[in-house]
Amino acid sequence: MPDGTQTVVEMRGIVKRFPGVVANAGVDFELRRGEVHALLGENGAGKTTLMKILYGLCLPDAGEIRVHGRPVRIDGPRRAIALGIGMVHQHFMLIPPFTVAENIVLGLEPRRGPAFDLSRARAEVAAISERYGLQVDPDARIETISLGMQQRVEILKALYRQADVLILDEPTAVLTPQEVGELVEIIRRLAASGKSIVFITHKLREVMSVADRVTVLRRGERIGTLRPAETTLEELARMMVGREVALELTKEPATPDGEVLRLRDVSALNDRHLPALRRVSLSVRAGEILGIAGVEGNGQAELVEVIAGLRPITTGEIFLGDRRIDGLGPRRIHELGVAYVPEDRQRRGLILDFSLAENLILVEHRRRPFARGPALDRVAIHRHAERLIAEYDIRAAGTGSKAGALSGGNQQKVVVARALASRPRLLLVSQPTRGLDVGATEFVHRRILTERDRGAAVLLVSLELDELLALSDRIAVIYEGEIVGLFARDEVSEDELGLLMAGGRAKARR
Amino acid sequence: MLALKRIRTKPFWREIALIGLAISSALIIGGVFVVISGHDPLRAYLALIRGAFWGWYNFGETLVYTTPLILTGLSIALAYRCGLFNIGAEGQLIVAMVTSAWIGTWSGIPAGLHALLTLLGGMVAGGLWGAIPGLLKAKTGAHEVINTIMLNYLALYLSHYLVTKPLIAPPGMAPVTRTIARGAMLPQFLPPSRANLGLLIALLACLGVYLLLWRTTWGYEIRAVGLNQEAARYGGIKVARIIVMTMAISGGLAGLAGAVVIQGVQHKFFDLFAFPGYGFDGIAVALLGRNHPFGVIFGALLFGALSNGALQMQSAAGVPKEIIGVVQGTIILFVATEEAFRWFLRSRRRKHSVLKEGEKVGVSV
Ligand SMILES: Nc1ncnc2c1ncn2[C@@H]1O[C@H](COP(=O)(O)OP(=O)(O)OP(=O)(O)O)[C@@H](O)[C@H]1O
Ligand SMILES: [Mg+2]
Repeated sequence: MPDGTQTVVEMRGIVKRFPGVVANAGVDFELRRGEVHALLGENGAGKTTLMKILYGLCLPDAGEIRVHGRPVRIDGPRRAIALGIGMVHQHFMLIPPFTVAENIVLGLEPRRGPAFDLSRARAEVAAISERYGLQVDPDARIETISLGMQQRVEILKALYRQADVLILDEPTAVLTPQEVGELVEIIRRLAASGKSIVFITHKLREVMSVADRVTVLRRGERIGTLRPAETTLEELARMMVGREVALELTKEPATPDGEVLRLRDVSALNDRHLPALRRVSLSVRAGEILGIAGVEGNGQAELVEVIAGLRPITTGEIFLGDRRIDGLGPRRIHELGVAYVPEDRQRRGLILDFSLAENLILVEHRRRPFARGPALDRVAIHRHAERLIAEYDIRAAGTGSKAGALSGGNQQKVVVARALASRPRLLLVSQPTRGLDVGATEFVHRRILTERDRGAAVLLVSLELDELLALSDRIAVIYEGEIVGLFARDEVSEDELGLLMAGGRAKARR
Repeated sequence: MLALKRIRTKPFWREIALIGLAISSALIIGGVFVVISGHDPLRAYLALIRGAFWGWYNFGETLVYTTPLILTGLSIALAYRCGLFNIGAEGQLIVAMVTSAWIGTWSGIPAGLHALLTLLGGMVAGGLWGAIPGLLKAKTGAHEVINTIMLNYLALYLSHYLVTKPLIAPPGMAPVTRTIARGAMLPQFLPPSRANLGLLIALLACLGVYLLLWRTTWGYEIRAVGLNQEAARYGGIKVARIIVMTMAISGGLAGLAGAVVIQGVQHKFFDLFAFPGYGFDGIAVALLGRNHPFGVIFGALLFGALSNGALQMQSAAGVPKEIIGVVQGTIILFVATEEAFRWFLRSRRRKHSVLKEGEKVGVSV
């Protein structure tokens, strides 16, 4: 809870321009001691840029920053850390083969003589994790712990560097609902102990539940700063997007047709060669959406990869219509009408150094009209990009902008736009709205429904139950690589799903 | 620092400015060495420039050095676009030299056709030599750097065997092959310099690689593999096949360099006592040319001029030509550490600017 009104950070008139884009157009931002300050805004509004400026990752073109009332020039993260500012990025920056303790003390290692003093590092880590109630196992290797745990490690890393200001950029986007709950607790405790927290999110409910104040940005400008108690979800959404947003999705009942996808007894291994899928059987019909519910890491990623031809299967068979597709490569499977929105846009979905236009033809790049024989048709590629940029409201300087220069949400729009544009028979979507603002989420949901109504079979993987319940016609629950329940949407409650996802058994129903 | 990397407003001109800065700094440092060696730096550099460009003969000889460097630089640049580091241009060049020197001695082939066949022979030999590490990388994951280095030595010793045994010119006194047929030679222009048609071939190859990379689906796939293999695989690109193909083309380009040296300049293969160095210099040329097919032309010209000018400088001004080696090395060092220059330029521009009036806010498309 805010204690008094002591201002810790004050940013005034911050301007940041990129070629063709003004990311921040004179933004004011103020952070008080002990408050949780949510930063809200549509994709590309300039949230990440503003916080990168505070953390010294980019220099502003104009504007002033004061920390504890003193004007400062933050020209690098080192300076920011010295000022007590820490940032947890959406893409974690940990070293996978190192242990938790090693990662936390990295760069500030306690030493005994010239040697790294491991036992003291462990003791120090244990002490701060005790102090803030953030339980971690100091000896676990990063590569073996969950994303939620990794995030804790990132937070501890900042605390170990004595951060008083903690910037969290979309911290909940990669978390399971349980982990979100835990994170909210952590944030509350940190604020109560006098830390100030900037919390970037697209989830309005989270804003309402943790933030003391909210600042809304739109197109690089500050629209306003207010208290959640004084406002409503709808109003926040309107401030962000500048128009009314339907927060509830309305949809027609499905009219499913013939079977498009069928898996029989499919098993597969994960990257560590451990069983990830155990004799999975399921089918998806044309014109329906089958949702896959499950806690992260229970095989849903492998399930989608297996269908897309990116991962070999060890038992069973996969059919697309009456054609067997297991063993075919990803290109062949795509040509048969399967489109795929991968969950990790930076690793797999995009080539960050390619232009927007080039990214938008990936997978389709050998087909007409983009290619005639081996020759690329640049005009057609450019037109295609312009069309999708307009249709999906992708905020970029132009079709030639590098994908890496887009904001997180706009990158996601590129990946989704590309998959939907191919008018697939079978659409595989994994976390389609991760990082999207409310307006874009609504739009993407509508487009997925349109695909369904056009007659596509849709397999939807999402960690968000809200999303699954809103979109799916049937829901399967996956747990430790097995389908442990299959329900029609109306036959199942959120609680039942939650129980199954956590490992409680139930009989499969239709 | 990566995170601090600024988006450049005029990337092309800034790139040029940075490279210009690197070159002039290297020349200044080289000048210091000239002074230390007891000579007048101004006279030395004038002699260098005269030696490289003054008169058709000198200019032509600069082109003789430049031509194979364009091709080896191009070879390395192309591989790099696919994320591969082809240290093996040297070996690919050598096998091509031997192959061309051999095919060039065949008899009974019409003139133009013979030249073409000899060129192709060199290209194919280099291509195969390049495809081997490509294949090893694609199939077993073995790193191309190690394998291309080993293949360089293999090529060197193989060429030594061939030129001392089966291909030696009768009566077998000196380790050298027979002179190739007239019809297999590339016509020289600018006599008495040895500048030859190979230059045109090299320039066409640059254009070809440019079109390949940015105007074809293959090039798209090559660049995709180079930038993000995981995304390329997701995009239905057969990564292994692209790697092998790229290494084969890259080897083919280095092979073309070898063929051009034989057909245009030497007309026979002399036993090598050490690596000829075109392949290694090609690494620097690619670096200078920013791994761009047209940039490579510039890099090769610079290195060609420095190498040729250095010889003239030594004979005219008495300055040891090794000093130019220092200059070349310094240029590479500076270009490789260009971030330092970027930082320098940036710190000079750290004036705050304000939003100009009428400037659009948000996104201007
Ligand atoms: N390095 C960059 N180069 C060019 N443009 C950039 C760069 N970084 C950001 N931008 C542009 O600045 C604008 C603001 O981006 P920013 O990442 O701050 O948005 P955001 O509010 O965090 O959005 P999201 O919710 O999608 O993450 C975007 O239009 C983006 O394209
Ligand atoms: Mg962002």
